[in-house]
Amino acid sequence: MSYFKIFAVAVLSALLAACPSTAPIPDPDPVDTTYGVDESTGAETSGVDNDSIGDLTPYDDAVETLETIIYFEFDSSEVRSEDQDTVAAHAIALNENPRTRVRLEGHADERGSREYNIGLGERRAQAVRQILMIQGVGASQIQTVSFGEERPVSTGSSESDYAENRRVEIRYTN
Amino acid sequence: MVLKRIGFLLLASFAMASAANADLVIDVQGVSQPTPVAIVPFGWEGDSPNVPLDVATVIKNDLRRSGRFAPTDENDMLQKPTDGVDVDFTDWSILGVEAVVVGKVIQTGANAYTLQFQLFDTFRREQLVGYQMPASRGTMRRAAHMVADMIYEKLTGIKGVFGTKVAYITAEEQPDGRLYSLVVSDQDGENENTVMESKDPIMSPAWSPDSRQIAYVSFEGSRSSIFVQTLRSGNRFQVSDAPGINGAPAFSPDGRKLVITLGGVEGNPDIYVLDIRTRQTKRLTTHRAIDTEGTWSPDGKYIYFTSDRAGGPQVYRISADGGTPERITFEGSYNARPRLSPDGTRLAMVHNDRGNYRIAVMNIERRDLLVLSTGRQDESPSFAPNSDSLIYATRQGGDGVLETVSADGLIRQKMASGQGDVREPVWSPFPRFQ
Repeated sequence: MSYFKIFAVAVLSALLAACPSTAPIPDPDPVDTTYGVDESTGAETSGVDNDSIGDLTPYDDAVETLETIIYFEFDSSEVRSEDQDTVAAHAIALNENPRTRVRLEGHADERGSREYNIGLGERRAQAVRQILMIQGVGASQIQTVSFGEERPVSTGSSESDYAENRRVEIRYTN
Repeated sequence: MVLKRIGFLLLASFAMASAANADLVIDVQGVSQPTPVAIVPFGWEGDSPNVPLDVATVIKNDLRRSGRFAPTDENDMLQKPTDGVDVDFTDWSILGVEAVVVGKVIQTGANAYTLQFQLFDTFRREQLVGYQMPASRGTMRRAAHMVADMIYEKLTGIKGVFGTKVAYITAEEQPDGRLYSLVVSDQDGENENTVMESKDPIMSPAWSPDSRQIAYVSFEGSRSSIFVQTLRSGNRFQVSDAPGINGAPAFSPDGRKLVITLGGVEGNPDIYVLDIRTRQTKRLTTHRAIDTEGTWSPDGKYIYFTSDRAGGPQVYRISADGGTPERITFEGSYNARPRLSPDGTRLAMVHNDRGNYRIAVMNIERRDLLVLSTGRQDESPSFAPNSDSLIYATRQGGDGVLETVSADGLIRQKMASGQGDVREPVWSPFPRFQ
């Protein structure tokens, strides 16, 4: 494993790290107080969060060649039998490297309401988590996050787009 | 009142493109007969040739977009008075105009103006309302919306919402990935301000009852957390950063608490109430199903939420103090994302209507469901503060766009945005100063 590579990835990730920013609404001239629209003019610029170090990608060849996306049927959080082996292989990799951590990112297709879809994406991430844990992976090695329908791979609205979007992505974070 | 009348259904619907000079281009689709009114171009008394704002056009667009009024074309006007004493009621009656608005903008200082208007009933030949109000260049638009609100309320008996705002999320494809923005604009799409942007998703904006703050979910750092941001300053603070899901915030009527969804390490989304000041949370549901999308009833007694404890998602409610949830919706296989009208009488939701996700409204007493939208993938209904209409997101050509619909389903308007995929609109409360 090349530590130089890891370092390079870390630096690059940090540079590319999302840097959310907030902005005040510019205050127009205060409305005359006859109408009680008393508003101060304090347009302050708020601080921007510090960049966080980005995700590290392991350079273990065995892990690198593993499939990292698990797809799901409509309205289902069941890991298909053909994907069980993939998840099991990740479990082996994680068991061999107990300090390695993964983030399971659950996703849903766009149908229905957004926060409910966050729940559905989480259910899928948890399904993968359960399999990893049954195979001995420590709870502290696994983090889950659901993006619901917010991060589609395919932005269309056909059945095949939906099928691509219903997924869990397995990401190694160190 | 002569002018307060319900429109009649027309066989054919008709569309009018408004002249709104905004990023959000508004398209009115009306199915009721609008009342003919005339907004005469306002006079201008000032030291420069240019009036700071075409007040009459702002008022005209407001009234037209409501779907309840058909403003007379300026070219058809037989006279263009700017003062009430010059109004010839016969001229307006000939045109079939039921109400006429006249007014002027008078400069009183370097950046000080008086906006004056009068509204007349042309049949009764009497003034219905009239005011003089001071304004500056920066507040003239808001003052014009205020005039439109007064006219609207006089003529319909319903409080106007032209002075309110809308918050929504946009997602724009950029060369280096998607950019998510939280945008606040006037309800007519003008005056857009991006208050937060991020490369990671932003979700579920919610107004505080005083409309000074917005709570939202941000995925910065690839994890979800909930922030409350003050609009005036742009300052924000994180209120929830628990492991797993932090989602679906909604303010309590007193503004002190948020109902939120927490998932925990085990990923079981449940409804919690968070005290914003102390950050203490109280768990309300403990079911292993997905419980999410909580929202307070306006009286503060209940929290309505989505749960799939019976299989598919349905709307339930639970006492805000906790207890046993009671199922509210039974019609159809999918009812989610409940939102109550501010008057507490109706419940809006996303409803699966024969395979299409549409906005439906249920009368809470009668429990009857009315489907209001016509899209395939409509979502995020939010009531206007007067409870008379709703805003929601629909799809047009692959992108999300916003629509509003009257609560009776008769008047629908589209707002097409120029900046990417627009979603999750939330209508602000009435500003506290009104």
